[in-house]
Amino acid sequence: MLRSLLVRMKQGYRTFSYPHGPAPELPDRYRGVPSCADPGQCPPACRLCEQACPTHAIRIADGAFNVDLGACLFCAACAGACPKNLIRQDREYRLSASCREDLWSPRPRPAAVVLNRRVYHVARRSLRLRQVSAGGCNACEADTNVLSTLAWDLGRFGIQFVASPRHADGLLVTGPVTENMKEALLETWNAVPGPRLVIAVGACAVSGGVFSGHRETAGGVSEMLPVDLYIPGCPPHPLTILDGLLRLTGRIGK
Amino acid sequence: MNTVSAPLQHPGVIAIADIPVVSVEKMRETLASETEAGNRIGGLFGILDEKEKPRLLLVMMADRTGSFHVILSDPGEAYPAFTPDFPQLHLFERQLHEDFGIVPGGHPWLKPVRYTGSADRPGGGNFYTVQGEEVHQVAVGPVHAGIIEPGHFRFNCRGEEVLHLEIALGYQHRGIQGALVGGPDKRTIHYMETAAGDTTIGHSTAYAGVCEALAGIETPARGAEIRAVALELERMANHTGDLGALAGDVGYLPTSSFCGRLRGDVLNLTALICGNRFGRGLILPGGVAWNIEESRADTLKTRLKTAGREIADAVGLIWRTPSVLARFEGCGPVPRETAEDLGLVGPAARASGLSGDTRHSHPAGAYKKDRPALVTAEAGDVAARASVRRDELVHSEEFILRLLENLSAGEILRPVSPLKRNCLAIGAAEGWRGEILHVALTDNAGRFSNYRIVDPSFKNWTGLAMALRKQEISDFPLCNKSFNLSYCGHDL
Repeated sequence: MLRSLLVRMKQGYRTFSYPHGPAPELPDRYRGVPSCADPGQCPPACRLCEQACPTHAIRIADGAFNVDLGACLFCAACAGACPKNLIRQDREYRLSASCREDLWSPRPRPAAVVLNRRVYHVARRSLRLRQVSAGGCNACEADTNVLSTLAWDLGRFGIQFVASPRHADGLLVTGPVTENMKEALLETWNAVPGPRLVIAVGACAVSGGVFSGHRETAGGVSEMLPVDLYIPGCPPHPLTILDGLLRLTGRIGK
Repeated sequence: MNTVSAPLQHPGVIAIADIPVVSVEKMRETLASETEAGNRIGGLFGILDEKEKPRLLLVMMADRTGSFHVILSDPGEAYPAFTPDFPQLHLFERQLHEDFGIVPGGHPWLKPVRYTGSADRPGGGNFYTVQGEEVHQVAVGPVHAGIIEPGHFRFNCRGEEVLHLEIALGYQHRGIQGALVGGPDKRTIHYMETAAGDTTIGHSTAYAGVCEALAGIETPARGAEIRAVALELERMANHTGDLGALAGDVGYLPTSSFCGRLRGDVLNLTALICGNRFGRGLILPGGVAWNIEESRADTLKTRLKTAGREIADAVGLIWRTPSVLARFEGCGPVPRETAEDLGLVGPAARASGLSGDTRHSHPAGAYKKDRPALVTAEAGDVAARASVRRDELVHSEEFILRLLENLSAGEILRPVSPLKRNCLAIGAAEGWRGEILHVALTDNAGRFSNYRIVDPSFKNWTGLAMALRKQEISDFPLCNKSFNLSYCGHDL
């Protein structure tokens, strides 16, 4: 007993002060949104970055570099393919959007989460979510789970993951939605009383990610459920997920 | 004629033409003689030859010599199943039947494994049923309480006592093995990183080994050392998280709370190396993408020592709290013989007294020179699985510090030459759950014609089912967490 108190003292107080204080520090090699430093320097008709992208997230149109953050794996394959070394990845972690089209970059960042009145009334002070992994690789799941640890302490925002869909205000879905999970996902959704939200976390859930085009998976959650919030990343940093949830509930970025 | 191939070293490569092709009966004899000689079964796979005809490929692992033996056979449409004699092949033969319709006659339970393109879904069909007065079934999943992947558990119980547990998976099937055919291409490394996302380093290391063997190149020493640092960090993060979760499952909140944060601290060390907490983008065929410069090594060492100290404190509380130990001890035991028969791997096997550890038996890269000490326990229960993980944490930390102290000079990444044609290659890594095995075959253009992934979970899920026998159903979460197996690594 004394020992556990001693260890407790040594562990100290560890909950981040964010969002009132500074955000937890991102690693110096963190890879955020890719962009082209100077499309004017691109060799004529060069499409190497577009071709190198494993998820076809890049579109070169009218000499501009556009990237779909909903499909992007933030893997830097585009940067590695650029013969002129023009592609940079910034340190942006605020990636969420409530509208799929708003995930295209460049964009006015962070994309304002459209706080529709319905979401706001459901989720403003208390948001209970049921998590469903539908083909997720356990990375998005793990970094969602981490938000409930004492360092992030999601509970202080009134947000909680619950065991039963009957107790939930919505679903947080990870994974591209495998054929084998479709039915279970729909049944879980049907068990959530309305009004209800859907949050898609990670490239797979947003767009199918690296599995897009597979016959064994769908191309993300929006193929079968109305999505209220998209959180990109492979997997998203916990800070990205938290930022999305706080925007959705109007706690930041109002 | 030899009944097995010449030994392949690890990572190893052999021309497909040099692999002996034997009758199914001869393969059965080989299985018997090899296991008699103390060798282990790596896997049994259905592969397509150049004429799209399915063949059996058996991979044996010789732990004493650190080598692999392979052998091929043409099973035809049906053959007498190996499973009755070698229970650990039961899932491999089910997979064979699912993929190619080959019937292993006499297989006791020939259900699909992954439900690829099938009208049926996991969780459907028949379940093994125990009959008798007061016997009832409990169905759990695929969607569970908590943030966890999907799977279906069907318990046959008498009162609270579990008589039999059948685990039905396949919900996470994303078609990775099929999508790897024709590669390597720009998606291949991402399939490896997401085969089991919590084992990104483990699977991408095994894949890199396959590619390097096929390209005939050595991993640069410094690159191999950085891989080993990342692999041990992955082990530390997951062991820490799981020990915390085990404490949480018996309602002991101090360790549970502390470990939840500490796991993140270790993941952040991986992010310090490559920018991503799970090691995405770090491992490449030919080496690693990110260097650990001297100043970074110093930061890593300092932060790792702090985390290690705090983890030891937090985890140590478990063994100082009799009420926690009372719940762990005797819960979910897997006897040594069962572990051996089922071919369990990793900490689950070592907790039952087996000594399998790929870092020791089949070392590659940095593990050839030095490795963390081997940890085993005897009891095979939750307490044993927890103690193996506790001790592995300490040894992994010491090993990482030794590696960072003595990083070799030189390059971290080497260009990968075109892959050899018509060859078979094997790469392995000891992930935090146990032995990861990758087997690739190339066609006459040097592209993958077959790629097989064996996540340790594929071998260990049945161990969990056996651990539950004669246990209380309320102990299932605790037993489950003591294995903490991958759903997506199994379903691929």
